[in-house]
Amino acid sequence: MKNVTIDVKHVTRVEGHGNIRVRVSDGEITQLQLAIVESPRFFEAFLRGRRYYEAPHITCRICGICSVGHTTASVKAIEAACGIVPSEQTVLLRKLILYGEELQSHFLHLYFLAVPDFVGVGSVIPLAKTHPDVVRRALRMKKLANDICGVVGGRHIHPIALHVGGMSHVPPDEELIGLKRRLEDARADLRETAKLFSTLKVPDLCRKTEYVSLKETDNGEYAFYDGDIVSTLDPRPTKAADYRKRIMESIVEHSAAKHCRSPNSPTYAVGALARFNNNHSQLHPIARQTARDLGLEPICENPFHNNTAQLVESVHCVEASIEIIDELLTRGMKVEPLMTPTRHGTGVGLAEVPRGLLVHEYTVDKDHRIEGANLIIPTGQNLANIEEDMREMVPRLLTSGLGREEMTLKLEMLVRAYDPCISCATHFLDVAWDE
Amino acid sequence: MKPRIAIFSLTGCEGCSLAILELEDQLLDLLGAVEIVNFREGMTEKDWNIDIGFVDGAVSTSEDEKEVRHFRDKCRILVAIGSCAALGGINTLKHYQGAAGEAEPPVAGNGDVAEYRRYVYGERAEWFPTTKARPISDVVKVDYALPGCPMVKEEFLSFVTSLLAGRTFTLPDFAVCVECKKRGNLCLYEKGIICLGPVTRAGCNAICPTFGSKCEGCRGIVSKEAVAAAGVNLREQYNVSLKDVLDDFRLFGAWQEADLP
Repeated sequence: MKNVTIDVKHVTRVEGHGNIRVRVSDGEITQLQLAIVESPRFFEAFLRGRRYYEAPHITCRICGICSVGHTTASVKAIEAACGIVPSEQTVLLRKLILYGEELQSHFLHLYFLAVPDFVGVGSVIPLAKTHPDVVRRALRMKKLANDICGVVGGRHIHPIALHVGGMSHVPPDEELIGLKRRLEDARADLRETAKLFSTLKVPDLCRKTEYVSLKETDNGEYAFYDGDIVSTLDPRPTKAADYRKRIMESIVEHSAAKHCRSPNSPTYAVGALARFNNNHSQLHPIARQTARDLGLEPICENPFHNNTAQLVESVHCVEASIEIIDELLTRGMKVEPLMTPTRHGTGVGLAEVPRGLLVHEYTVDKDHRIEGANLIIPTGQNLANIEEDMREMVPRLLTSGLGREEMTLKLEMLVRAYDPCISCATHFLDVAWDE
Repeated sequence: MKPRIAIFSLTGCEGCSLAILELEDQLLDLLGAVEIVNFREGMTEKDWNIDIGFVDGAVSTSEDEKEVRHFRDKCRILVAIGSCAALGGINTLKHYQGAAGEAEPPVAGNGDVAEYRRYVYGERAEWFPTTKARPISDVVKVDYALPGCPMVKEEFLSFVTSLLAGRTFTLPDFAVCVECKKRGNLCLYEKGIICLGPVTRAGCNAICPTFGSKCEGCRGIVSKEAVAAAGVNLREQYNVSLKDVLDDFRLFGAWQEADLP
């Protein structure tokens, strides 16, 4: 197969609109792109002039799947800019809702978006007929994750109760107790899920790259809400305010893409596998056992194992949620007034959201209106790395004897393994202009 | 034969499509009653013989315009879901980004690269063409709209049920305050918080005030009369700057028209 063109318009089962374009002539790759055709949103521009407290409620609308993640990074950034230190109760509730979102997003990806590939069907819908137990389990787990977000924040998509300076609502004890009971029941569902995934054949692809994530050095928690930036190539921690030392936006010569690189490598990966590679020793023991059972070991450089890492993280998040609920119930909760700005300036908020490291940075003026904003989205950081993986994979596919349809499916599976969230990433538009 | 359903996305966060997947308790029943034939976010199979098409996201590029015309062509019934598709939504905030933060004339069709595009994409701004952000009803005929950011899942279900049963479906024609009072919430105005509940269409069961937050008007204004009355009240009873009131109204509702006395 010397001349091949693969053009996938609108990769399905990803959030947002992305196209894969591969051209091979005379055995050489002449073009290889993951093109993002989602339309630009301009959040960074239209945040300007808005009041400081609106930032989380505006930026959560960047993405339906990661709206809690955007809210989290946003409140942290505004608080850093305005000199606000949230209460311990607020931080606990924020961590709990963030676990809820990691779970809902991971379950959605594992069961609705990834499993169909492994089973060889086009979506979860036919599975409802052939594997009803699997679908019912998936729905049960996803509903629990959504309900965690609902109890804490009012709803999962565009949460209500999370604000700069605190929470406008605290959940009643009985709702937390109900969640705890269901989280305990979810352990059995997770064991079944691990069994299912241990039977699925994960494609083989290994490529040296850098894995970037947050890491908590102070209290040793597996980092989602807090932490400094580390990587597999440079484990020295970098503080949030210095994120530009670790994440560099770069212009790719032959395309309109704004990709990300690090000082150590031209492309890098963020997400569940990156977090696992950097922080595996901080996982809950049950999650570490799940990783061993599934044969996942740090440092794993097969991007298809991002799915496995999501499953391991799901086990961790269930245990961590139970621990937080216990702590909240023991200490007792009360409604606290929202804290207000004590100064103005620039602030950075980082969070590990389902797809990886998220950066929000704002400058707030003396009237506490937003003067400038910069947002760096996980999928944007992964795009260049996905393209490099495809570059590694295409020559192998060409000699594998697979038909064009099967090759296309493998490339789509690779893209889906990163669980890209393209609505978010349109800051990093990458459009092929030759059409 | 089961009605053939499609779910499409234009410029937006796809949260309203996702909300359909978050109907976990009803999803299997729903799949029993309808056939989903085209839903890029959740399935690979595609079919263009469609009875009911749901669209989330606003029209914000010329590509969106083309797509929504195509959807209209292929769908017997076209439904706008969520604030972006129904009202233009949060995307319309970009219309208010002049040099001084004041309203700038609409950018559509003038061939100019607006300041907000330069702010995000720098000297490559002209590579990212965009038009005014509009509800899809500005481009094609829309049969029904289910506003909300995100759309209200329960309303979506009751809409689908009505349609399947051949009943007519209408949105509530009263304000969020009615539902808020019914839930026994303390009025946020009592705490000195300016809330858009009095002017916003009900149907969300006042979820934001119930969780301690002001109504942000994501379901659109219920009537021009309500806006007029609220304008007078805000001026005479509450010491609020016009800029703050406009900021509140513009968050989701910039495409709607009403006089604020």
